[in-house]
Amino acid sequence: MSSGGEEGGGLVLEMKGISKAYYGNRVLDGVDLSLGRGEIVALVGENGAGKSTLMNILFGMPAIRDTGGHEGEIRVGGRPVRIDSPRRALDLGIGMVHQEFMLLRTFTAAENVKLNREPLRPSLLSRALGAAGLGAGGAALATVDRAALREQARGALDRVGLSSLDELARVAGLPVAHQQLIEIAREVDKTGTKVLVLDEPTAVLAEGEARELLDVLRRLAGEGIGILFISHRLEEVLAVADRVVVLRDGQVVESKPARETSVEEVAERMVGRRIEMGERLGRPLAELRTTAPAPDAGDVHLSLRDLAVDMPGETLRGIDLDVRRGEVLGLAGLAGGGKVALANGLLGLHPGRAREATLWGRPLPLGSAAGCLARGIAFVSEDRRGTGLLLDASIARNITVAAMRARRRFLRLAALGPLALVDGAAERAWAREMIGRFDIRCTGPDQPVRRLSGGNQQKVCLARAFTLEPELLLVNEPTRGIDVGAKRTVLESIVERNRRDGTTIVMASSELAELRLVCDRIAVLADGRLAGVLAPDAPDLHFGLLMAGKPCPAQAAA
Amino acid sequence: MGDLRGRLGDAVAALGLPRILIFAFLVLTWLVAALATDLPLPGLLRDSIVRTGQNGVLVLALVPMVRAGSGLNFGLPLGIVCGLAGCVLAMERGLAGAPMLAVATLVSLPCAALAGLGYALLLERVRGQEMMVGIYVGFGAVALASVAWLVAPVTSPDLIWPVGGRGVRYLVAVDSAFAVSISVWRPAGIAALVAVWLGACALVALFSRTLAGASLDAAGQNERLALAAGIPVRRLRRLGVILSTVLAAFGIVIFTHGQGLLPLYKAPLLMALPAVAALLLGGATIARASVWNAVVGTFLFQALLASGLPVVNALVHQSAQSAALKDFPEVARLIVANGIILYALTRKG
Amino acid sequence: MTEAAERLRQNLVPLLFAAVCAAGIAASEKSGAFYANEVIARTARNALIVLSLVIPIVAGLGLNFGIVIGAMAGQIGVVLVENQVGLGPGGAPEGGIQGLPGLALAAAISVPTASVAGWLVGLTLDRARGREMIAGMVLGFFANGLYQLLFLLLAGPVIPIRNPRLLLPQGTGLRNTVDLIGIKESLDSLAKLRVPLAEGGFPLLVIPVATFLVVLLFAAALAWFQRTKLGHDLRAVGQDLHVAEILGIDVRRKRITAMILSTVLGALGQVVFLHNIGTLNTYQSHEQVGFYAIAALLVGGATVERATIGQALLGTVLFHTLVTVVAVVGQELLPDRPQVGEYLRELLAYAIIGITLAIHAWKKAREARRSS
Repeated sequence: MSSGGEEGGGLVLEMKGISKAYYGNRVLDGVDLSLGRGEIVALVGENGAGKSTLMNILFGMPAIRDTGGHEGEIRVGGRPVRIDSPRRALDLGIGMVHQEFMLLRTFTAAENVKLNREPLRPSLLSRALGAAGLGAGGAALATVDRAALREQARGALDRVGLSSLDELARVAGLPVAHQQLIEIAREVDKTGTKVLVLDEPTAVLAEGEARELLDVLRRLAGEGIGILFISHRLEEVLAVADRVVVLRDGQVVESKPARETSVEEVAERMVGRRIEMGERLGRPLAELRTTAPAPDAGDVHLSLRDLAVDMPGETLRGIDLDVRRGEVLGLAGLAGGGKVALANGLLGLHPGRAREATLWGRPLPLGSAAGCLARGIAFVSEDRRGTGLLLDASIARNITVAAMRARRRFLRLAALGPLALVDGAAERAWAREMIGRFDIRCTGPDQPVRRLSGGNQQKVCLARAFTLEPELLLVNEPTRGIDVGAKRTVLESIVERNRRDGTTIVMASSELAELRLVCDRIAVLADGRLAGVLAPDAPDLHFGLLMAGKPCPAQAAA
Repeated sequence: MGDLRGRLGDAVAALGLPRILIFAFLVLTWLVAALATDLPLPGLLRDSIVRTGQNGVLVLALVPMVRAGSGLNFGLPLGIVCGLAGCVLAMERGLAGAPMLAVATLVSLPCAALAGLGYALLLERVRGQEMMVGIYVGFGAVALASVAWLVAPVTSPDLIWPVGGRGVRYLVAVDSAFAVSISVWRPAGIAALVAVWLGACALVALFSRTLAGASLDAAGQNERLALAAGIPVRRLRRLGVILSTVLAAFGIVIFTHGQGLLPLYKAPLLMALPAVAALLLGGATIARASVWNAVVGTFLFQALLASGLPVVNALVHQSAQSAALKDFPEVARLIVANGIILYALTRKG
Repeated sequence: MTEAAERLRQNLVPLLFAAVCAAGIAASEKSGAFYANEVIARTARNALIVLSLVIPIVAGLGLNFGIVIGAMAGQIGVVLVENQVGLGPGGAPEGGIQGLPGLALAAAISVPTASVAGWLVGLTLDRARGREMIAGMVLGFFANGLYQLLFLLLAGPVIPIRNPRLLLPQGTGLRNTVDLIGIKESLDSLAKLRVPLAEGGFPLLVIPVATFLVVLLFAAALAWFQRTKLGHDLRAVGQDLHVAEILGIDVRRKRITAMILSTVLGALGQVVFLHNIGTLNTYQSHEQVGFYAIAALLVGGATVERATIGQALLGTVLFHTLVTVVAVVGQELLPDRPQVGEYLRELLAYAIIGITLAIHAWKKAREARRSS
C-alpha cells in the first residue's frame, strides 16, 4: 500500500456521472471516480463491466466520439474539461499506458522515450525557412540533437528503475517487462503529467516483474502523480492501491480504501447476485430446470486430461474435466481465465493439446473442426460477428452452411459429392421453421444477416448449431450483448434442447447469474486452470473465491 | 403505384447507380452516333456485342478467385499464356477454325490446371498480398513465354518468323471458328460466340450452387467461420485459383477466335488490367464478385470502348488529327481501365 | 545468430549478385575495360533515380512503383527546354537555352511539376493503405495514359510546342524520338576524366566526374535529411503507422511529403538519365524506369521494408553490371535475335522484384498467422 493519498490537497481528476450507451445498449451508468494527487486507485470489474469504455472516454478515443459521445462531467485539477481527442488528453497531462505496447521496435529505448518530442538543433535550412516565415515547416528540417536525446531519455529511464538498461538498445530484443517500463518512462518524461492510467499492466508480467512494476508505481505516486490502473489480479491490486473501485454492469458498486477490504470481498462484489436478472427472465426458465432430474455421475460424454489451449488473452494451462451425458455444464470465471478457450481449442480455432481427450470413451483428435462435427459436436462461438456469421449471406445460408457439409442436408443429387446442388427450397423451408422456433425478427429467410439485431443474429448462430443435431453442444457467451427478450429465448432454447433431446451442453459465460439458473454444475476457471466445480446454488462467496483463484471450502465433484 | 416505385427502386439498387449511369451514357453515345455522325449504328452495336463475347470469359475467369477470398487475379496472364500455347500447338498441327478451337482448348486446359496449382501453392504462402504477387507471376509468365515464342521450333508457315527459321512471329492470324474474316461477321457466328460465352457464365453460376461452390463462397466471405464449420478452406482456395487459371486459358482461346489474332509476346499483359477493370465496372469489389458483375461489366466496358471512341473520333473531326488519333483508343483504354482499378483500390475495404 | 553471421545474411543478396557478375565477366570474351566503361556510364545516369526510391521505403510505403510519374515530370522539363532549341546548319543546336544552363532549366521546371504530381500520388496512396505498392503501379499506368494523351493529342494545338524537331509533321503530337541536342551530355562533359589503362592510350576509361559529384551531393543531402526531425518522423511512420499516429505524428502528411520528395528526386534523376542517353523516346523512356530502378535497389540488399543510401548506390553498380553481362551473353548465344537481350533484361528485373515481393509477402503472412 502506498503512503500517498490526498495530501497536497485537491483532486487531479474527477469523473462525475459518466454514462455511455452504444446503439441503445447502456454500458456505463452514472459512474463517479476521483483521483487525488499522488493517489493510486485500482479499477476492477468483469469483462463488459465498462472499464475499457471508461478509459476510452478519459483518453478521448475517437470510438467514443463517433458513437454519440458521453454524458457526465470530467474535471482535471478542478477545471471542467472536454476531452475529444487523445491529443487533448495528453495536453491535459493524462498519460496512458495501453495493453498493447505503443513502441517502435527498431528504434532504441531512448528514441522511444522521446518519440515526437525529440530535442532539436536548428539547421541552416530550418533557420532559413523560419526567416522566410515558414516556421512550422522549417522546424521539420531541424536536426535531432542526439546527445540531448540520450541524456533526457536516460533521466526518464532512471526514474522508472531502468538504470541498468542501455538507452541505445533496440526495443525489439528487450524483455517485455522492460518494454513496459520504457512506455511508462515515456509518459512520465512529459512535463506536466498529472495522471497516469495503466490498462492491465501486469497481465504480461511474471510475478517478480509485476512486483518491480508496482514498486515503480509507488515511487511515481510518491512524486505526486495520480495513478489509475485496471487489473484483475486482485492480490496485487490490494497490495499497491490506496483505494479500490469495483465496476459491475456499468455502475460503481464499491469504492473503498484498500485497507478496509479484502480479496474475497472484492471478488464477491464483482460477481454479485443479480436477482433481478433471474426474475426478469421469468419463471418458465426456472421451472424448466427444476422439473427434470439432474444427471448423476453416470456416463461420461467428453473427458479431458491436461487440456492446454493457446488462445491469446484466454490461455488454458492444463485442465482436467469430465462432462457427463445429458448435463448442462457451465464454465465460469473472470475475463482471461480461459473459459471460452476450451471450445476453441477442441475445434482447432486456436492451437490446443491434451494428454487425453475422449468422446464416449474413444479418442478425439484435437484441432479438427470437421472431425468434431462428424462426431456430433456443435459449436457456437463467442465472436458472433467475426467467427459466427456470414454477414452478407442470407439467414437461410447462415443456418445451413455447416450442416450442408457435415450432415449432407439440403442437397439434391447428393451422390455427386462436392458437385451436389444446393436445394434452395429446402434451405428456405428449414430456415422458416427455425425463424419460427427461435422467434427471429426478420423479413424472411433471404434477408442478409447483417441487418439483424445482435439478439437475432445470435439466434441464427444457435439455429445453425441446432441444425447439426449435435449430441454435444459447446456454446460460448450465448447472451453477450443482446437484449433481455433475446437472452430469454436463447437460454430457453438451450435448456429445452437439453431436456427434450438429451443434448449435453457445455456453456461458457460471463453472466454467472444465468449459469446459475440453467446449469447442473458450474466449473470455475481462473488464470487458465480449473479452480473448482460448484453447484449452482452454492454461496456467492464460494464463487468469488474461486474466481479470484483462492481455495474454497466446499466443492462439487469435478 | 407505390409498389411499382418500390420494385423500381429495388431494381435500381440491385443494379447499382453507377451502372445505370454508365448505361445511360452508352445510350446517349449511340444516339449521338446515330444523329450527329455518319457512323453506322448497327455496326457499332455489332462491334460492342462481338467484343463483349470475345472478352467475356476472360472477365469471368476473375470471379472464382474473388469469391474464394483471394482478391483480383492480376496473374491472369498465366492462364492466358497456357491458352496461347494450346493455340500455337494446334496451329502447328495445321488445324484451323472449329477443330483448332477444340484442340487448343483440350490441350491448354490441363496445362492451365497444372500451372494454376503451382500458382495456388505460391499464393498460399503469401496470403494478404495475392494481388501484388499475382502481377509478378503474370509478368514472369509473359516474359518466359516470350523467350519461348522466340526460340520455339515451329514449322507451320502460319506461325514461323520470316527470318531465321524458328520462333513464332509477332502477328499470327487465326482462322476463326465463328466463320469470320477479320472484319466480316455473320449473325450465326456472332450468336455462336455469345452462346459460348454465356454458356461458360452459366456453368460458373451453376458451380456456385453446388456444395463445393457454396463452401468456396463461405471460405471467401469468412475464413474463421468456414474453418469452424469444417470447411477445407485452403483446398477450396486452391480450387478457386485453378478454376480462374483454367477459365483464363479457355477465355483466350475464345478471344483469338473473336479477334482473329494471337496476342503473343507482351500482349497478354495488356489484357489483364482491362479484364479487372471490366469486372469492377460491373459492380464487383476486391472482396465480392458475381457472374452477373462479370456479364454486365464486360458489356459496359467493351461497349463503351467500341462505341465511345469512334464517336469521339468522329466528333473531333479534324483530318490533321486523325493520324495522331490512331493511337487514341489504346490510350483511352489505358486511362479508363486503370482509373477504374485505382478507384477500387482506394476505396475502404 | 552471431554478429558476423547476421551481417552476412543481410548482405547475402549483393554478395550473390557480385559473384554472378564476376563469373559472367570472366567467362565473357569482352574486355574488362568494356565492362568498366559500361558500368561507369550506366551507374552515373541511373544512380539518382535509384536513390529516389529510398525515402518511400523508409516511410513505409514500400517500393515506389509510381516513380514513373516522377520520370514523366522530368521529361516534361526536358521537352520544354528542347522546344526552345532549333536545328542549325550542320546539325548543331541553335538558339534557346542550351548546354548546362539548359539542363539546369529543365531540372528547375521539373521540380515544381514533380512536386504537384508527387502530392497527388501521395494523396492517392494514402487512401490505399495496405495496398500502396499495387496502387502505385496502377497509378503509374493511369498517369502514363494521361501523359500520352497530353503529348499525343494536346501537344501543338493546346500546349505551345512549335519546334518542328519535336512536333509530328501534321502539327499535333510529339515525335516518337527526339534528339536532345540542346542538353545532351552537358553535365557529363563538364569534367570528363579520361584514364588510359595501358600503353598507347587504349583502352580508355571514361569517367563523367561532374555527374558523379552531383549524385554524391544528393546522396549526402539524403543522409543529412535522415537526421532531421522530418526524416526521423518518416522512419517512425514507416516502422509502425498506428503507433506513430497515436503518439501524435501526422502520418498522412508525412507520407505525402515522402512521396513528394521521391517524385522530385525521380524527376531530377530522369533528367540526368536522358541527358546522358541523348535521345528521348517520348512514349517509352519512362516506362521501364521504375522496374529497373527498383530491381537495382533490391540487388543492393534493400527490402520492401528497409533501404539505405549505400544499398541504393551499390545496387545500381551491381544491377547494371549484371544487365551488361546478360546482354552480352544473350548476344553471344542468340546472335540472330537482338531482342533477346531486351527480354532477358526484363526477365531479370521481373524475377528480382517478383522474388523479393514473394519473400516479403511470405514474411507478412507468417507474422499475421502468428499474431492471430
